[in-house]
Amino acid sequence: MTKILEKVDLSENVVKMVLDAPAIAKKRKAGQFIVLKIDEKGERIPLTTVDADPEKGTLTIIFQVVGKTTAKLATMKAGDELMDLQGPMGRPTHLEGVKNAVCVGGGVGVGVVYPIGAALKKQGAKVTSIIGARNKELLILEEEMKGISDNLIVTTDDGSYGIHGFVSDALKTLIESGEKIDEVFAIGPVPMMKAVAAVTKNYGIKTTVSLNSIMVDATGMCGACRVAVGGETKFACVDGPEFDGHAVDFDLLASRLRMYMTQEKESMDNYRCECHGK
Amino acid sequence: MENNEKKEKKEKVPRHKMPEQDPKVRIHNYNEVPIGYSEETAMKEAERCIQCKKPGCRTGCPVGVDIPAFVKLIAEGKFIEAAWKLKEDSALPAVCGRVCPQESQCEKFCILGKKDEPVAIGRLERFAADFERNSGQVKIPEITAKNGKKVAVVGAGPAGLTVAGDLIKLGYEVTIYEALHKPGGVLVYGIPEFRLPKSIVEAEINYLEKLGVKVVCNAVIGRLETIDELFAEGYDAVFLGVGAGAPVFMGIPGENLSGIYSANEYLTRSNLMKAYLFPEYDTPIVRGKNVAVIGGGNVAMDSVRTALRLGADNAYIIYRRSEVELPARAEEVHHAKEEGVQFKLLTNPVEYIGDANGWVTGIKCVEMELGEPDESGRRRPVEKKGSEFVIDVDTVVVSVGTNANPIIPMTTPGLETNKWGYIVADEETGKTSREGVYAGGDIVTGSATVILAMGAGKKAAASIHEYLSNK
Ligand SMILES: Cc1cc2nc3c(=O)[nH]c(=O)nc-3n(C[C@H](O)[C@H](O)[C@H](O)COP(=O)(O)OP(=O)(O)OC[C@H]3O[C@@H](n4cnc5c(N)ncnc54)[C@H](O)[C@@H]3O)c2cc1C
Ligand SMILES: Cc1cc2nc3c(=O)[nH]c(=O)nc-3n(C[C@H](O)[C@H](O)[C@H](O)COP(=O)(O)OP(=O)(O)OC[C@H]3O[C@@H](n4cnc5c(N)ncnc54)[C@H](O)[C@@H]3O)c2cc1C
Ligand code: SF4
Ligand code: SF4
Ligand code: FES
Repeated sequence: MTKILEKVDLSENVVKMVLDAPAIAKKRKAGQFIVLKIDEKGERIPLTTVDADPEKGTLTIIFQVVGKTTAKLATMKAGDELMDLQGPMGRPTHLEGVKNAVCVGGGVGVGVVYPIGAALKKQGAKVTSIIGARNKELLILEEEMKGISDNLIVTTDDGSYGIHGFVSDALKTLIESGEKIDEVFAIGPVPMMKAVAAVTKNYGIKTTVSLNSIMVDATGMCGACRVAVGGETKFACVDGPEFDGHAVDFDLLASRLRMYMTQEKESMDNYRCECHGK
Repeated sequence: MENNEKKEKKEKVPRHKMPEQDPKVRIHNYNEVPIGYSEETAMKEAERCIQCKKPGCRTGCPVGVDIPAFVKLIAEGKFIEAAWKLKEDSALPAVCGRVCPQESQCEKFCILGKKDEPVAIGRLERFAADFERNSGQVKIPEITAKNGKKVAVVGAGPAGLTVAGDLIKLGYEVTIYEALHKPGGVLVYGIPEFRLPKSIVEAEINYLEKLGVKVVCNAVIGRLETIDELFAEGYDAVFLGVGAGAPVFMGIPGENLSGIYSANEYLTRSNLMKAYLFPEYDTPIVRGKNVAVIGGGNVAMDSVRTALRLGADNAYIIYRRSEVELPARAEEVHHAKEEGVQFKLLTNPVEYIGDANGWVTGIKCVEMELGEPDESGRRRPVEKKGSEFVIDVDTVVVSVGTNANPIIPMTTPGLETNKWGYIVADEETGKTSREGVYAGGDIVTGSATVILAMGAGKKAAASIHEYLSNK
C-alpha cells in the first residue's frame, strides 16, 4: 500500500500528488516512470516521476484526467492509499554532455519535461523552456519551470496568455533567432511532439521525445507498448520511454493509443453513473 | 510370478476417465474444464497401480515424486497422507497435477502403459492436493531454527517459489522480490483460469508465507534495486528465477497494427488483470469476432481457447507445419477441437492488412508443404509458390515463442549470458558466473515447463545451502 501525502489541483483537470514511496524516491532518475494500480479491480497505469525527495522518501506525480483511472485517482485525497506502486521503470533520460538545451512541454507534458529540465540545470546546462497549453487555465507549473530555466517562453493556443500559438511555433522562432541548441526535449500530446520533431529535423537539431504508449506490465514482458523507431519495433517501457524524435512513427503511436477507445468510453460512462448514484 | 498375476488382474480395469465440463457450456465460462475425480474414482484408479519395485514412473518425473507411495495411500483412502507424501518432493502438487505434460514424463514410463493405458498419475496428484487444500488440514512442516542467513529470490514463478520453500525450511530468512503486483509468474499471468484456477496458486503462496517467506511485490530488481545492492543490504545469496518473459514477434509487415497482440499481453490482460470481467475490472481487452492465433504450442492453445471464451465466432490456429508436429499437448489440442477451434495447418502468415484506422482486417498467408527434415528432425516447412490467400480477422494473437527479459543482465555486471540473452548457469547447481548468484527455470533453459523450473529451483536451493553452510 502506498499512502497519498498531499494532493493539489493544478488546473481544472490536472492534479499533483505527493506519495509516500521511499524506496522509489531513492532510486528514481529524470525520465523514469512508475506504474500504479488503485485497487484490486483497477488498471495498471504509467505516470512519470515528476520529482522526488530521497530524504523525506516522497515521490511526486502529475496527471491529467482523461479516463476512468485518472478520474478515480483525482477523487482520492491525502491519507488515502493506492494498492500497488511499481517503479522506477524505463531508462533515465540521457543527459550527459548536454550544455544548451531546450525543454518543450505541452499540456500535462510540462510535468514530464520538468524533471529533465531540473536535472539539466543541476548539471550546469543552459536551459530554455517553452511551455504551452490550450488556454491560460490549463497551463501548469509555470513558477517551477521558471525556477529551473534560464529563459522561459509561454504559449497558449487561444492567446489567452503568453504568446498566441503552439509551442512548436515558438521553438521555430527561437531557432531562427540563432539560439545555440545541442538538444531539444519535447514532451506532450502526440501531435505536439510530431510537430516539434518536424521543426527541429529541418535544422538537424537532436530531439528527444517521451512516448506514452499503452502499457500493461512495463517490464518488457507483454509488448503492448511497442512503437516503431527508425523502422524497428521497440518496447517503450524497457527500450524507452525516450527516443529520437526524428525516427519515431508518430502516426502508428497515435493509432495504437486509440485501440481501446470504445471500452474506455464504456468504462468512463459506467464510472460517471456510479458516482452520480452515490 | 505373483507380480505378474497381479498385473494381469489389474490391467483389466481401464483407466478412469476425468469428468469434464461440456464443451458447449464451458466456452461460455472461465471455470476449470476437468472437474476432478471423486474419492471413489480416485481410489479405484489408484488401485490400478501394481506398486512396482523399480517404478519406471518415478524416473520420468523431473523432481522424482515417490509415485507408488502416494498412489498407495490414495488406494487406502489416506488422502491427506498422500498429499503430505507428495509434498516431500513437489512444492506445488495441485499445480503439477494439472499442468505437467504427464504423457511425456511420469505416465510415459508407467509399466501399465506398455499394454494398456498408464495409471492416471497427474489426476491422482491433483486429487490428493485438492483434498488437502479443501480439508483445511494443510500441514506446516517443522522448520529448522533460524540460521541467521539471508537469501533473496528474484521472481515469484515456480522456480523462485520452490527455492523459497526449500530454503525457509532449512532456517534461512527468505525474501521473494516480484516485479508484478501478484506472485506466481506464468501460473498467474499466463495459464488461464480454466486450466489452473488462480485460487490454487494463491493458496500455495499463502502456505509459503505461513512458513515465513516474505513476498515483496511491485519490486523490479535491476530497477528498484540491483543485485549488487541486494548483497550490500546484507543478503548472503541471490536466486534469479525471472522467467523467459519477452515476447517474440515475426517481424513481418503490419505487425504493429491495432488488434494484434502478443500471447503474453493477451493472456496477461485476461488472467492477471481479469479483463474477461471488464467493465467490472478496469483493464480492457479486444473481444474479437474473428480471431487468429499464430503458433501451435500450449501458449497458442491457451490463447485461442481464451478468444472463444471472450466471444469469438471464429477462432483459428495458424500453424506452419502439420498436425503431428503441433508442439502443444495432445490433450490441449483435443480440448481446443472440442470447443470449435479451427486449425489452419501448413499455413504461414506473411503480412498483416489493416484499415484506415490502423486496425488489422486480414492476414495474408501462404500455404506450406513439408520438405526435408531439419536439425530438430522435424520436416522443414517450405512455401508453396503462388499459394497466397487472405484470412479475414479483427484480432490476432502472436504466439511464436519468447525471449529472455533483458533487465537483470542489463543491470548486473559480470553476469554471463549466452547469445540469446539467457543466463548461463550450471545445470546441476544453478551457479552463475557471479559468486553467490544462482539461477534456474525459464531464464536459463528458455521456455520449458513448470516442473522443470521447480526441479531447477530444488537443485539451486540445495547448492545455495551447501555454499552458505561452508561460508
Ligand atoms: C511512460 C509514460 C508516462 C506517462 N506519464 C504521464 C504523466 O506524467 N501524466 C499524465 O497525465 N499521463 C501520463 N501518461 C499517460 C497516462 O498513463 C494515461 O493518461 C492513463 O493511462 C490514462 O488512463 P485512464 O484510465 O484514466 O484513461 P483511459 O480511459 O484508459 O484512456 C483515455 C485516453 O487516454 C489514452 N490513453 C490510454 N492509455 C494511455 C497511456 N498508457 N498513455 C497515454 N494515453 C493513454 C487513450 O488513448 C484515451 O484517449 C504516461 C504514459 C506513459 C506510457
Ligand atoms: C501461457 C502459458 C502456458 C503454459 N502452460 C504450461 C503447462 O501447461 N505446463 C507446463 O509445465 N508449463 C507450461 N508453461 C510453461 C511454464 O509456465 C514455465 O516454464 C514456468 O512458469 C517457468 O517458471 P519460472 O519460475 O522459470 O518463470 P516464470 O513463471 O516466468 O516466473 C518469473 C517471474 O519473475 C518475475 N520477474 C521477471 N523479471 C523480474 C525482475 N527483474 N525482478 C523481479 N521479478 C521479476 C516475473 O514477473 C515472473 O513473475 C506455460 C507457459 C505459458 C506462458
Ligand atoms: S510432478 Fe509432474 S511429472 Fe512428477 S509425478 Fe507429478 S505430474 Fe508426474
Ligand atoms: S510404473 Fe505405473 S504401475 Fe508401476 S508404480 Fe509407477 S504408476 Fe504404479
Ligand atoms: S508494457 Fe509490456 S512490454 Fe512494455
